[in-house]
Amino acid sequence: MNKRMYDKGKILSGLVIFVLIMAFPFGYNIIAKIVTGKAVAAPELILTEKAKAEKECVMSKTDMKSGHMQLLDEWRDHVVRNADRVYVNSKGKAFDMSLSNTCLDCHSNKAEFCDRCHNYASVSPYCWDCHIDNPKEEAKEATE
Amino acid sequence: MLELTIKGSKKYYGWMTLVLGVIGVGFCVYVWQLLQGLQITGMSRDVSWGFYIAQLTFLVGVAASAVMLVIPYYLHNYKAFGKITILGEFLAIASVTMCLLFVIVDLGQPMRLLNVVLHPTPGSVLFWDMVVLNGYLFLNLIIGWNVLEAERNQTHTPKWVKPLIYLSVPWAVSIHTVTAFLYCGLPGRGFWLTAVLAPRFLASAFAAGPSLLILLCLLIRRISNFDPGREQIQSLAKIVTYAIILNVFFFFCEVFVVFYSQIPEHMDHFKYLFMGLHGHGALVPWMWTSLGLMFFAIFMLVLPITRRNEGTLAVSCVAVFVGTWIDKGMGMISGGFVPSPLHHVNEYIPTVPEIAITIGVYGIGVLILSALFKMAISIKEEVAA
Amino acid sequence: MESTRRKFLKIAGISTLGIAGANPVLDAFASEQQHGGEEEQHSQPVEIQKNEKALKAKQWAMVIDTRKFESAADLEPIIEACHKIHNVPDLSEENQRHVINWIWEEEYKHAFPNKAAKFLDERLKHLPFPVLCNHCENPPCVRVCPTKATFKRDDGIVLMDFHRCIGCRFCMAACPYGSRSFNFRDPRPFIEERNPKFPTRMKGVVEKCNFCAERLAVGKMPACAEASDGAIVFGDLYDPESEVRELIGSNYTIRRKQVLGTEPSVYYIV
Repeated sequence: MNKRMYDKGKILSGLVIFVLIMAFPFGYNIIAKIVTGKAVAAPELILTEKAKAEKECVMSKTDMKSGHMQLLDEWRDHVVRNADRVYVNSKGKAFDMSLSNTCLDCHSNKAEFCDRCHNYASVSPYCWDCHIDNPKEEAKEATE
Repeated sequence: MLELTIKGSKKYYGWMTLVLGVIGVGFCVYVWQLLQGLQITGMSRDVSWGFYIAQLTFLVGVAASAVMLVIPYYLHNYKAFGKITILGEFLAIASVTMCLLFVIVDLGQPMRLLNVVLHPTPGSVLFWDMVVLNGYLFLNLIIGWNVLEAERNQTHTPKWVKPLIYLSVPWAVSIHTVTAFLYCGLPGRGFWLTAVLAPRFLASAFAAGPSLLILLCLLIRRISNFDPGREQIQSLAKIVTYAIILNVFFFFCEVFVVFYSQIPEHMDHFKYLFMGLHGHGALVPWMWTSLGLMFFAIFMLVLPITRRNEGTLAVSCVAVFVGTWIDKGMGMISGGFVPSPLHHVNEYIPTVPEIAITIGVYGIGVLILSALFKMAISIKEEVAA
Repeated sequence: MESTRRKFLKIAGISTLGIAGANPVLDAFASEQQHGGEEEQHSQPVEIQKNEKALKAKQWAMVIDTRKFESAADLEPIIEACHKIHNVPDLSEENQRHVINWIWEEEYKHAFPNKAAKFLDERLKHLPFPVLCNHCENPPCVRVCPTKATFKRDDGIVLMDFHRCIGCRFCMAACPYGSRSFNFRDPRPFIEERNPKFPTRMKGVVEKCNFCAERLAVGKMPACAEASDGAIVFGDLYDPESEVRELIGSNYTIRRKQVLGTEPSVYYIV
């Protein structure tokens, strides 16, 4: 049986181009590291005074980092579909399950706390199309 | 076989480029709609479905009409249709694809389309519409492909395709029945709340689809070396004749019930469409045109002399197609929403961007149809040579 | 409850692994100091509960005593109270076709098109009727929704899940009361003063009255009832002791298009 590969050159160069394009983000980071001496800087999380004073969020810091999106997803289903609005965490502390009124009460610095990391990770959650992103400011403006 | 769709004459390339251009324009307008929301359409709080859903309704019918070739050929062993069933199946593929696209362009949040699958709701007719339309698309893809491949290799179609062909018969009926059920199960919409809606949809479908197919057959005979055949066209013409008569008959059943019972909630929609209501009557000339065309077509199709002459037959087919299109593609949806359940009369008139997107979707259908027909005809020419 | 918690922990675990595999993202977290060990002190199972003050019912219902209304001016504060706290945009000047209404006024002949007598009492003829979602006991909108984005809660409220709505508008075709509005465009520019406590909507979803589900959850009565000066009474239809039952039992009430079998939960005294 003839095992010769037809159009070897075309196929191989095509493959190489494909791999190069797909690997572009990695390559970009490596080159950036070589040129600037360090990788593209990871954003720094900034906590408000209130958040610092609280010490801990509704879950441990590690759980929040890895799972805040799932937590919010669960919350919204519970609140909207079951009318269950209170979350009691593993330490027995109760929270009102509300993005604008609970999360943003401590993390009132959305631009520094949420957006930076989301931009860095290139995710764009559409929470803010509906949920008001700086409820405190707006409430202040309204009363003024 | 797909390679045949990209090999062709200059004319073929020119045609496909033109169609792609039309699709491109439609796509650009669609992107605009994505950014702006459905405000760029003529739809409103009262008329919440418009041109898009109307085209879906009409095209489901065209898709279902493939069964008018399948039944005589496979169930009654009418050999003549063997030559052209593939055309019917490919027309169905193009039509169903357009139907699905019309659903998508009509959505307010198309990115969430898969929620229909993630949260399946068997109580919703729209869920079933999605199931039957996708099912019909795949059935026709599989059947069409295998039948054509067998023809090319001059063998028999594989045995396992037969059950699928038989399945496609009730399935074709189901797609248009389910589409009618979208409307006729809604309380408070007197225009659609009638059991004759599904039969009426099927009758108009079996008139519109085959009449389009006749026109396509006449065109194919002109531009290719494949002749779909005089007998085939004449048989289709008889199908169109029966179907368009049935369609008008069902329409008059509806008109009798509505106007003899004199129940305003059912009557007012017909008044709006054919006479105008409270000074609003944008659709009145269209609806009378539609009815006129259908009557004209019946006259021309019933008379043997004009049915047998392919020139006059083509005229009748255009009349049937345009008549049923106005009926379903314009009147059927608007008519159900005007007057509103609160008896406000707010009319619907599609906007230019809305029509551009609609033409774009039709463009995609034409592109698919052209490619598939090109493939089928090339193979038929190849086998003949 | 337990199963959803377990599901949550599972997903959280998997996503931790996922993040561990994605270096640049991990860098972001590494840039912050870690002090582990202080967690897991006295852990107890996570619980999800209702608010203690939440009001409960078998089927929430509303009685509107239209005898207490004289002119559109009486309805204005009611409509405003609702539309303001729910961030309902005002598109009436921009484009009448795209208007969004949770509660609005209709003439008798539009609110009750099949009950309009020929030579109607002058008062009724010109009286503005407040109309809103009827929170039907047998809601056609819920029946047709292909994603369960609109659903009926245990307490009878027909609610919208704006996160899930795909904007197909089947519910609008199904509703015989015209109670549903579609966001043909981004509503935000048309909300004069936003209530920061309540979300707005985004373009492409359907919305309607929610019987103030968010207020019932914290023990408050619906905003319209509160603003109505006693003309709108709210309560449990299946509690024989409730005020709505008392009113329905002692007055002649009508409901909109009762003949359709949707069993509306909004009753009108005329």
